[in-house]
Amino acid sequence: MQKILIVGATSAIAEAAARRWAARGAALFLVGRRAAALDAMAADLRVRGAANVGTRVMDATDLGAHAAALQEAVAALGGLDVALIAHGTLPDQKACEASVELTLREIDSNGLSVIALATRLANLLEAQGHGTLAVIGSVAGDRGRQSNYVYGAAKGMVARFLEGLRNRLAKQGVRVLTIKPGFVDTPMTAALPKGALWAQPADVARGIVAAVDRNKDVVYLPGFWRAIMLVVRHIPESVFKRLSL
Amino acid sequence: MSAEGFSAWGRLGWPPAAEILRLPSRSAPLPATAGTLLPYGNGRSYGDVCLNPGGALLAMRGLDRFIAFDADTGVLVCEAGALLADILDVCVPRGWFLPVTPGTRHVTVGGAIANDVHGKNHHAAGSFGAHLRAFELLRSDGSRRRCAPDENPAWFAATVGGLGLTGVVTWAELQLRRIAGNAVAVRNTRFTGLDAFFALNAEAERQHEYAVAWIDCLAKTPRGVLIAGDHAATDLPAPRGERNLPLTPPFSLINETSLRAFNAVYYGKPWPARETVHHRPYFYPLDAVGRWNRLYGPRGFYQYQSAVPPAAAAAATAEMLAAIAESGQGSFLAVLKNFGERPSPGLLSFPMAGTTLALDFPNRGAATLSLFERLDAIVLAAGGRLYPAKDARMPAATFRAGYPRLAEFSSFVDPKLSSGFWRRVMEQN
Repeated sequence: MQKILIVGATSAIAEAAARRWAARGAALFLVGRRAAALDAMAADLRVRGAANVGTRVMDATDLGAHAAALQEAVAALGGLDVALIAHGTLPDQKACEASVELTLREIDSNGLSVIALATRLANLLEAQGHGTLAVIGSVAGDRGRQSNYVYGAAKGMVARFLEGLRNRLAKQGVRVLTIKPGFVDTPMTAALPKGALWAQPADVARGIVAAVDRNKDVVYLPGFWRAIMLVVRHIPESVFKRLSL
Repeated sequence: MSAEGFSAWGRLGWPPAAEILRLPSRSAPLPATAGTLLPYGNGRSYGDVCLNPGGALLAMRGLDRFIAFDADTGVLVCEAGALLADILDVCVPRGWFLPVTPGTRHVTVGGAIANDVHGKNHHAAGSFGAHLRAFELLRSDGSRRRCAPDENPAWFAATVGGLGLTGVVTWAELQLRRIAGNAVAVRNTRFTGLDAFFALNAEAERQHEYAVAWIDCLAKTPRGVLIAGDHAATDLPAPRGERNLPLTPPFSLINETSLRAFNAVYYGKPWPARETVHHRPYFYPLDAVGRWNRLYGPRGFYQYQSAVPPAAAAAATAEMLAAIAESGQGSFLAVLKNFGERPSPGLLSFPMAGTTLALDFPNRGAATLSLFERLDAIVLAAGGRLYPAKDARMPAATFRAGYPRLAEFSSFVDPKLSSGFWRRVMEQN
């Protein structure tokens, strides 16, 4: 039985992943901001087959609350095999350009709070000598673009931080997985127009569960984004800066 | 949110909804909209009963959480946007099955209630609504009612089969049916002539929980295969997953030539007298081909499903099949089944004691519509009715004649809710 902690558990992608883990009989501990949503999700996962489901209300940007929440999760689960960090917000790029405070708040919710949690979880997993730390980043972190570089900067910072963690923990038997979804049709992206590149949360979740099973390092979901981002990353900056992306 | 993708199964080219809205949770109030609203499940209704052209649709699929399941009693509570497929995934391995299931598992619980769907066991079990223990009805005035056969019974009767017009069902409580394995023991019997069908079917209904007939509607003398079944105490591996029809062909692949060929091959293929199969190919043969509705090409297709009372059933069915054979139009999955005596709980429920006939027709414009007029006349003369979940064209008079409790129902319609179907049959356009 896998013991799994999810931070930002009520996000559409995280919930879809939790359903797959529940169907396999995993024990789950859900951390999120809204108590009612956590309770509804926990009841659902129990019906789907989860061995047990615990919840805790926490705002991930409240860094002072992290240590106690992780302690409670490990106690409730009786250990920890997988930690998935899934919380995030989609900034309004234009509004960020007009507001230093908003920009830093978005960097905090998508970047600093993730790094804070990853630091504690890395130490916890390193001490026990096994486990997987999986973090939902974004293809947006692969290159800064005018349309969402605040979000991209935070996700890029997280990706680079996880590279370092992976390098540090590989010898300790701890896995670090960076998940880079492309466009996903979720409540977070409800306001955006949808096209052929858009994926459903359930499809991305299937990829996450498989990547954890297979001890992957970095996954793009769906997989075709690896090719797209390969191209995007290799456009010379002198050309890239003139593009409207 | 774009209205693309919020279509009906028949793909007849209705104008889109002006707005797609969501309920963030089952405890949230209905979102505000200037015009009318209609809850939309998974879009498996064939016609405009699930559409609200020019108005708003309330996308319900996001509300798909389970709330509780008691593996000892088989009582399941879930949100209205859950699919029957989700329920099967969770409940079949624990020895429980849907009490009633339509021919696709890709419908939501809310849609199954709104259309009071039926299945191959109607003669034994009645309609879906007969196994509903309770649900919550959320109205546009903000009121919430727990409805059950003995709690707000008038609202219960109006909402079961109520086409999503009485309010939004947020969650429902179902009584599932015990099974000892995931397989079905099937008995196949070929027949020629309607008399043979009625005789064989009467016997099958006495012996089996499920019974339905496929018929070759283009043959001079109607012929077909009666497919009866019962849950078996056997577990079989699930068949491979679904394959989608990848694109829409530029014209309908269903025409008289291809139909005659298909029907001859299908009738003539080896039908083992007895076999035991996984429940999925038995109950949901068409689900194996995702998006099979694209077969009918860009113009889409109609389904015509009627029910006629027992006294007139044999004569009216023969007359309808003769009219269809003569027209040269018809479908590759034509289905004939007897409904039992168990009353449907809804004021507008479709199932009534008698015989139901369901056929798909490629949309050939006026030729198809004039065949339907002939069929309507036969159904009405027999005292029958048409199924709103399948309909895209029935005239208002046909609807009124088939549903004598329509006036009673109308007083329960939520003033903010409407559908393309409702405006059409109530002549509100």
